[in-house]
Order: sequence, then structure tokens, then C-alpha cells
Amino acid sequence: MEAPAPRVAVIQTQDLRRVYSAGTEAEVVALHGVDLRIERGEFVAIMGPSGSGKSTLMNLIGCLDTPTSGTYRCDGVDISTLDAEERADLRLDKIGFVFQGFNLLSRMSALENVAMPMGYANVARDERVRRAQAALDAVGLTSRAQHRPSELSGGQQQRVAIARALINRPPILLADEPTGALDSRTGEEILSLFKQLRDEDHTVVLITHDAEVAAHADRIYEMRDGELHAATAPMQAPRA
Amino acid sequence: MNFMEVLRTAVFALRGNWMRSALTSLGVIIGIAAVIVMVSVGQGTQAEIDKLVSGLGSNRLDISGGSGVGGGGVRLAAGSRYTLSVDDADAIRKEIPEVQYVAASLRGGTQVVYAENNWSTQWQGVQADWFDINEWVIANGQPFDARDYTGAAKSVILGDTVAQQLFGDQDPVGQTVRLGRVPFTVVATLKPKGQGGFGQDQDDLVVVPLETARRRLSGATALPPGAVQQISLGVGRAEDLTYAQGEVEALLRQRHRIQPGDDDDFTVRNIAEIVATRTQTTRLMSLLLGAVAGISLIVGGIGIMNIMLVSVTERIREIGLRMAVGAGPGDIRKQFLAEAMLISLIGGVIGIALGIVGALLVGKFGALPVALNGKVVGLAAGFSIATGLFFGYYPARKASQLDPIEALRQQ
Repeated sequence: MEAPAPRVAVIQTQDLRRVYSAGTEAEVVALHGVDLRIERGEFVAIMGPSGSGKSTLMNLIGCLDTPTSGTYRCDGVDISTLDAEERADLRLDKIGFVFQGFNLLSRMSALENVAMPMGYANVARDERVRRAQAALDAVGLTSRAQHRPSELSGGQQQRVAIARALINRPPILLADEPTGALDSRTGEEILSLFKQLRDEDHTVVLITHDAEVAAHADRIYEMRDGELHAATAPMQAPRA
Repeated sequence: MNFMEVLRTAVFALRGNWMRSALTSLGVIIGIAAVIVMVSVGQGTQAEIDKLVSGLGSNRLDISGGSGVGGGGVRLAAGSRYTLSVDDADAIRKEIPEVQYVAASLRGGTQVVYAENNWSTQWQGVQADWFDINEWVIANGQPFDARDYTGAAKSVILGDTVAQQLFGDQDPVGQTVRLGRVPFTVVATLKPKGQGGFGQDQDDLVVVPLETARRRLSGATALPPGAVQQISLGVGRAEDLTYAQGEVEALLRQRHRIQPGDDDDFTVRNIAEIVATRTQTTRLMSLLLGAVAGISLIVGGIGIMNIMLVSVTERIREIGLRMAVGAGPGDIRKQFLAEAMLISLIGGVIGIALGIVGALLVGKFGALPVALNGKVVGLAAGFSIATGLFFGYYPARKASQLDPIEALRQQ
């Protein structure tokens, strides 16, 4: 794992700009030329208060949105030329999302929730069940496979969501305030799960406004007024 | 996403809200059942008309005596005055070559008696062409010969019903029956035609030569010499029918010395025209029935669209999430379209079953004729699929065009 060879950039942006309602009075420049390079196996946090543009950046990195100008290469693929259908395919292959509110489908069991994205990847049904069960095993929820989300604790639900995010084996795991709805101890568990994933060569990008949470990452960036700054010291944190 | 997967997801989504799905289906069930019942009734009525047409023959014209004005200015029905005569029939035969068959006739009611059996029926006094025009075929025995017609022979041909009533299994040919008080020899029986287009028994009649009828049966009624009630014409080619009708009218006006502007003292009925009018009426009725059924199907379809739109709004986060994990707009569209199609297909299957049962019940207990066939069922199946596609497309498209970022932000 500690190979010193030149590592591949899975996320690489160049002068990335995003303008909303361009040309009208309501024009908002959410991103001013962001340059970001994240390599495989890194755990990076992007911090910033609300309105700083971090959500915009996350949506771009997650291939949910296209930039107004500049380029973004997601695992080598330039997304600016892709249409909605092609971006969906790219998300399927490259990105796993973890949300603050878990976003599990309430009528499905944990196993079905985890297996759901594989339906879009045309994985055979028995293969899907097998892989989903293995993914739940990996996050320590072997015995909870048939439970509905409402029968699980917040931490367990977030683990299901992480298992779901990883089920199609994407290189990038994009977590938006993943600990926001959890108590601090459960949050710590989730964050240590991320570190474990990083060690297994996943790239984890953590979006948060909480410096303490961000401190778990190897590298921290801060968004301010649409500009990205490398935070100097990770442990400058508690400044309440 | 492959087909089975889309289907499984749709079934799952519908089961989650099964009451709502069932009620939405009900709209389609009613619509499809209505289409089947209504179209079956329309087709049944049309079939009835077709039977009527084949029973009457379409190349014929019927002339009846004039409607008159009686005492006190009361208008009398056509045929109530004897304005037609055998000479009119002869003139038509001679002067209008398009007319192939001509038969003047008289008719009335009488009692037919054989041994201790008697039967009340209609008699027709006819000329020879009458059998061709009305498509009567001799079942047994010989038709009237020339001397029967000219000599006013007391010969009679029995319709099937009369023969059955008087003779049962016995052969009537050669036997003597009495019409009123006059004895007649049975020379033949007619092949049965069965029920007519208006539901009457066509076989309940006896036929005698015209002159015999005039002398022996019209009896007390003092007829003008040579008078007849009706002249039936058979036109050789159907396309000459209207032309022949005009010629006949012109000829009779001339013979009856009717001044231009005065009313005719006769009426020419064109059976084809009557049938055409009736067919048109039936077609209009079928169309109206179909339209009513179609409207209920549209209402059912709107129900589907409504529920699917609600469903899209309710599940907006689910849509956003599915898009985030890699579902493309096409996948989302397929999913919602599959749900709409499933609702309308299930509704279609139940509706077809209900419609068939309904049509059979109407045929059995209702007063309406019903013709149920595979085409109607196929049509209904096609309609249910089309309904799902048409009314499901817009909500599905709306879902597929959602912005995943916006959708995920919804509460």
C-alpha cells in the first residue's frame, strides 16, 4: 500500500468556475477558479460555512452538476462534455455518496437498500444479494440485513448507506456531513470507518462545516467565498 | 436496468401503496369493461341489421297505393286506397327495362282449416315474380303454373309454420285445406326463412295466385277492377335502383294523370334506402356508445396520470437518491412508465374479464343484441396498453427531468 510510485489523480480540477443565473441580476458566482487534485487513497476534508460554495463544489465533484467553465477530470474522464445520462453512468462507476440524512429507502430492508445501485449496473440478482450481504458484513451489520431502516439506529443506518455507496466499487467516496445527524461517539465510529476505507485504497472526500470532524482527514481545504484554500495545520481545530 | 428489474421495482412500488394502486386501476377496469360491453352491443345491433338486409333483398322497390284523405280531412296511411292496378304492373314490366321482376299483390288475413286443425294466418295473392323478389324457395311440390295464375285456380302454397301447424309431420302436398269457407288444393310448401329482421315469423303465411285472391278471398270488399295493394319490383343491378325508382315514379304519375305539383297517389319505398338509414343510425349509436366508453377510459387514464404525478412529487427524494447512485434519466423514466403501465395492464386484464361477463349478461338478460368477438377483446387490450403509455408518459418524463441536486434537497 505504501508504494511511492507516482499516484493517479482521481479528482483533478482546473480553474473550475460555477455561476448561477448567469447574465441576470441574480447572478451568483459560487466558485471562483478552483484548482484541486486528490489522489487515490487520500482522505481529504473540505470545510466551509454554508454559502461558501462547498455544496457547489461537492455537486461538481459528484458529477451531479457541470461547471460553467474550467475542467474537471473524474478518474481521468472530462465531465464537461457529458450529458445527464452519461454523467449518471459515470456516477454509477466512480462515485459513492454518503449523506447527512442517510437517504435510505424506508420500505426496503437494509440488504435491498445496499443492493439497489447494482440494479442500474445490471448485476445479476443472486450476485447482487451475495455482494450486498458481504458489504453489510464489512460494515459490521451482518445480523441486520433484513431490518428496515426504521428498525436501525442512526449509526447503523449510516453504515448501511456507506455499504450502499461502496457496492459498485467506485474509486471515490463522497461524504456530505456524514456525522451531522449522529452523536459524537457514533460519529467517531463512522470517521474511523472512513480511515479504514482510505487504508483500503479508497479515496474519501469529506464535506463538513465542523473542524473537529475535518481534523480526521489527512488534508484539509477550506472554502471561503467560492475560493479554495489549503488549511495550514490540521489541528488548528477547536476555535469555538 | 433490464426489463425484469424494472418490472420488479414497479411491482414493489405499487404494492407499497396497494390501496391507491387498486383504486387507480379501478378507473381503467371500468373504462375497459365499458368499451367491451358497448362495442359488443354496437356490433350486435349491426349484425341484426345485416340479417335484416339479407332477409329483405337490397335490390327491390315496393310501390303501395296512395295515402288518401278520408272524411273530415283525416290523412290515411299509404295503401289505404286502391290506386294501383294490375295494368300499372304490366306497364312497368313493358316500359322500364331496368326492372327485372314485377309482381302485383293483394293480402289479407284468413282462417286456414285442415281436418280439425285450424290456424289464423296471412294470405298473399301474388303474381309469379313475387317468389323471386322475396327470395322464396319451394321446399316440396310444384310452383303455380301459368294456368293457376290466369284461371284463378284454387291452389295454395303453405308457409312452413302453417304447414307445421296444420299437418305436423304429414306431407301437405295434394291435400285440401279451407281458407275461410273456400276449399283449396295444397300444391307446395315453402322453405322456412325463420325470424325476420323485425322479429316477426316470416313463415306464417299462405300464398295464392293474384286473381284467385281477388275473386275468392277479398270477398266482401268491393275492389275496383284490377286493383292491387302493392307492386313489388326487383331491379337487375343495384346501381340502377335510384334511376329505376325515378322512372317508375314518372311512369305512374303519367298513368295516374297527376299534375305537376300535386301529391302522388302512391308511395315507392326503396328498401335499400330504409336499410341504409337504419344502418347509419346504428352506426351512430355504436359510435356514441364507443365514445361514452372511450370517455370513461380517458377518465381512468387521467386518474393514472394524477396518481403518478402525486407519486413523483412524494418520491422526489427517492428519485434524487436513485439518480445520485447512478440511475440515468432513462432509468427513472422507465421505472415510472412501468408503474403506470402495470396499473393500466392489471386494470385491462380485470376489465376485459368483467367486460366479457358484462356483455354476456346483457346478451342474456338485456333487450339488446350482443356480438362478442376476439377483435373487441384485442381492441380493449390495446386500449389499456395505450392508456398506460399515454397517461404515464408525462409524469415519467417529469420525474426523469428532475435535477438530482434539487430532488435531494427536498424534504
